[in-house]
Amino acid sequence: MTRTGFFSAISRVFMWSFLLALVVVVAYPLLWMVLNGFKTNTELFGNPFALPLQLNWENYVTAWNRGVSDYLTASVLVTVTSTIATVFISAWAAYGLTRVRMPFGRTVSGLILGGLMLAPAVALVPLVRMFQAMGLYNTFWALLILYTAFRIPFTTFLIRAYMIDLPREVDEAAEVDGASRWTTFWRITLPMCKPIIISTVILHVLFAWNEYLFAMVFTSGTGVQTLPVGLTSLLSKHGTDYPVVFAGMVVAALPVIVLFFASQRYFIKGLSEGIGK
Amino acid sequence: MLLAVFVYLPLAQNLAFSTQEWDIYSGTSEFVGLENYEKLLGDAVFWSALANNGLYALLSIAFQVAGALVLAAMIESLRSMRWRKALRAIYFVPSAISLTVAGLLFYFIYEPNLGMLNHLLEAVGLGALTQPWLGQESTAMVGIIAMSQWQGFGYSTLLFAVAIQRIPSELYEAAAIDGIGPVRRFLHVTVPLVREMTGLMVIVTISGAFQVFNEVMVMTSGGPNNSTQVLATWLYRSGFVRNDFGYAAAIATVIFVVTLIVALGQLWYTKRRRVDF
Repeated sequence: MTRTGFFSAISRVFMWSFLLALVVVVAYPLLWMVLNGFKTNTELFGNPFALPLQLNWENYVTAWNRGVSDYLTASVLVTVTSTIATVFISAWAAYGLTRVRMPFGRTVSGLILGGLMLAPAVALVPLVRMFQAMGLYNTFWALLILYTAFRIPFTTFLIRAYMIDLPREVDEAAEVDGASRWTTFWRITLPMCKPIIISTVILHVLFAWNEYLFAMVFTSGTGVQTLPVGLTSLLSKHGTDYPVVFAGMVVAALPVIVLFFASQRYFIKGLSEGIGK
Repeated sequence: MLLAVFVYLPLAQNLAFSTQEWDIYSGTSEFVGLENYEKLLGDAVFWSALANNGLYALLSIAFQVAGALVLAAMIESLRSMRWRKALRAIYFVPSAISLTVAGLLFYFIYEPNLGMLNHLLEAVGLGALTQPWLGQESTAMVGIIAMSQWQGFGYSTLLFAVAIQRIPSELYEAAAIDGIGPVRRFLHVTVPLVREMTGLMVIVTISGAFQVFNEVMVMTSGGPNNSTQVLATWLYRSGFVRNDFGYAAAIATVIFVVTLIVALGQLWYTKRRRVDF
């Protein structure tokens, strides 16, 4: 073995130990969370490192009954509806921006994309007043509208970037054949955009599922509260019954982890397109 | 179609946009001029919150930009495709789960009685270092920032990995033939060629650091003794706990100005630098 070969072997060993140590740093807390969800309170306080003596599904039942079922329903409902609304409106808008010649086209796209830069916290105070005035405060609609409005710029931006690269000839051919705008959009452009649509759906689901600021400020009672907010109230309401909170955390984390692993390819594409342009 | 673009879209958009103009005035029904801003300048918590956001930005740039770039280069230098994919995915998992779940998880990890961290320190003979991590002013902010690095580094690593994959492999092969070692290959090939991504990541990270809310709210709510307040949590507390909406709106303006400067920086940067191969 040459000298450089020896050094590179050593550096490889170091690199691998570093990478694997990092895997432990990432995975162990998550594993700890899952295990704690199965423990009794005495076990948890006795030795936080020990494995649970038995798989205690009761914590999940308790968590479920203490509101997690409601939080879960609210989360699913808001996530599904806002995803459909956001992706649909954004695709339609992106179509308009890339395919239709119109006056002030540049201004409109500037306005839409400018929304990318607006921090939600900045709009918080006026939004609360506005929603209170409209009677939508503490309703499901508040979250649906906010999640949709605040994610349209980003989603439109992604879909638009993809549509620009699509050949126009197909659209034009359809129009020559007498297809309406709507038919062209629905039957031709949208199917061609399938990959980016899937990416945006996944990104939006992650966003809506995990969002906290709006959910916390705009909702207060069980029934409209989503999981992230629900979890914090689960902790504050029931004192030291921590294993139940851990169970709730697993319920909140599991769907998105599964979604991520199931759709990694689209997901990575969406992320890299989103930031790279 | 024109209707859709001009009516539906601005309608949805206006919900987001109309707010950014009137946030200063809407907070107070009575005109008080710059009083809220004067109050802001004399508010010690505001300054410490701003400093906390700054610290957040600095540490995040160190770990989530510089650290992630090195990590991504390490991963991409592995020969096994399968390991590359697996490591990228594992590191990303904390970013898929919400900040709320991650925040709660670390709340428990730092917890003095059952927390993993203190028990771990005792186990390796560093019992003297155990402390109530989030309960004292000296460690609370750093504790929160550490959690945020754990949660976010996989995201930026993934994006850097994608950027590195776009670098033509001939460049690395040529460098390797010339006898250039891996460290110098990283410094002279990888770093210059992903600089566009690096610039974007720096900008996104700074912008994110000044909008931090979720993790602080979940872990400490700004305590102990306001030592972990950041701009967004101080805004929330001023507006929604102490009902001083005008003051909250003034803080919102500060966040807006900071993120606007950063966003303009981004525009300038993307116009100037495009890496072409």
